[in-house]
Amino acid sequence: MDAATWIAIVSIVTAGLTIAIGSIGPALAEGRAASNALMAIAQQPDEANTITRTLFVSLAMIESTAIYCFVVAMILIFANPFTAAATQAATGG
Amino acid sequence: MDISPDQWILLEWRDWRLNATIVFTWAIMALLVLGSWSITARLSEGETVSRWQVMLEVIVSGIRDQIADVGAHEPARYLPFIGTLFLFIATANLLTIIPGYQPPTGSLSTTAALAVCVLIAVPVFTIAQRGLGAYLRNYIQPTPLMLPFNLIGEFSRTLALAIRLYGNVMSGTIIVGILIAVAPFFFPVMMQLLGLLTGLIQAYIFAVLAMVYIASATRTRQRNEDGGRATSGEKTETEQER
Repeated sequence: MDAATWIAIVSIVTAGLTIAIGSIGPALAEGRAASNALMAIAQQPDEANTITRTLFVSLAMIESTAIYCFVVAMILIFANPFTAAATQAATGG
Repeated sequence: MDISPDQWILLEWRDWRLNATIVFTWAIMALLVLGSWSITARLSEGETVSRWQVMLEVIVSGIRDQIADVGAHEPARYLPFIGTLFLFIATANLLTIIPGYQPPTGSLSTTAALAVCVLIAVPVFTIAQRGLGAYLRNYIQPTPLMLPFNLIGEFSRTLALAIRLYGNVMSGTIIVGILIAVAPFFFPVMMQLLGLLTGLIQAYIFAVLAMVYIASATRTRQRNEDGGRATSGEKTETEQER
């Protein structure tokens, strides 16, 4: 197999691993955040607005970790910088 | 598959390329400007108020309440900037229900531009409120050793803002595209509905985070000037709870 095929294989496998591993941590963290926020709301229903807003902001913070992994995976699949170089080397050389 | 509307060229003339991001951004700006202009052109204070005016009042007062909740003392000062951010992102994300439309927020250029606006707005607001010296002093808090980390933090949170919005919107667009190829009709519609919800939440989060950054920058200044008295606010809250 030539270099471009290997790069494609490695990119796809790595993209899958990136999404898989990279979503475990944020999923656990979001579950923790949501359950703690629900407990806080149950204890202090009056503060529900503040707690919900803070929850949304912190969920966005946590979620961005997963989003970074997603962006990396998308770059690996759709905009891989090495594929172009490999095809260029293959056709040019 | 295009991962951003930047690659969708609508018009090309010599070296000038007009891509979908720019066109849709213009369309949204025109929509917002014309909409708000036509509503505010005939505001009334009487008994009968038009529906559009009620809608605008709800939006404006809602944004103002949110800004006040985050901890700013004068919401009116931040309302134009934060409100514009929110309305632009919300409109850009909500218009995805129109077929053939690609949200400009799904392009890294747009989100980076918005994040740079926040990056500039934080010092502008703090300098306008607290002065230049107090703003610069914030970078060497708590010790001058923290200066590089404060600078890195300033830029990394801007990057985080940009990539978060971009990743969220792009992921929605791409997942809908993949699902249309795999399972037409039902699941794409569900994902589109979910995309509307997350689009609105992302607009909200972008605006709230921008406000939090600005508010925290102005508030640290206040704490320095008060000489630690700013914690008295938290103290009174805990006292009230007791």
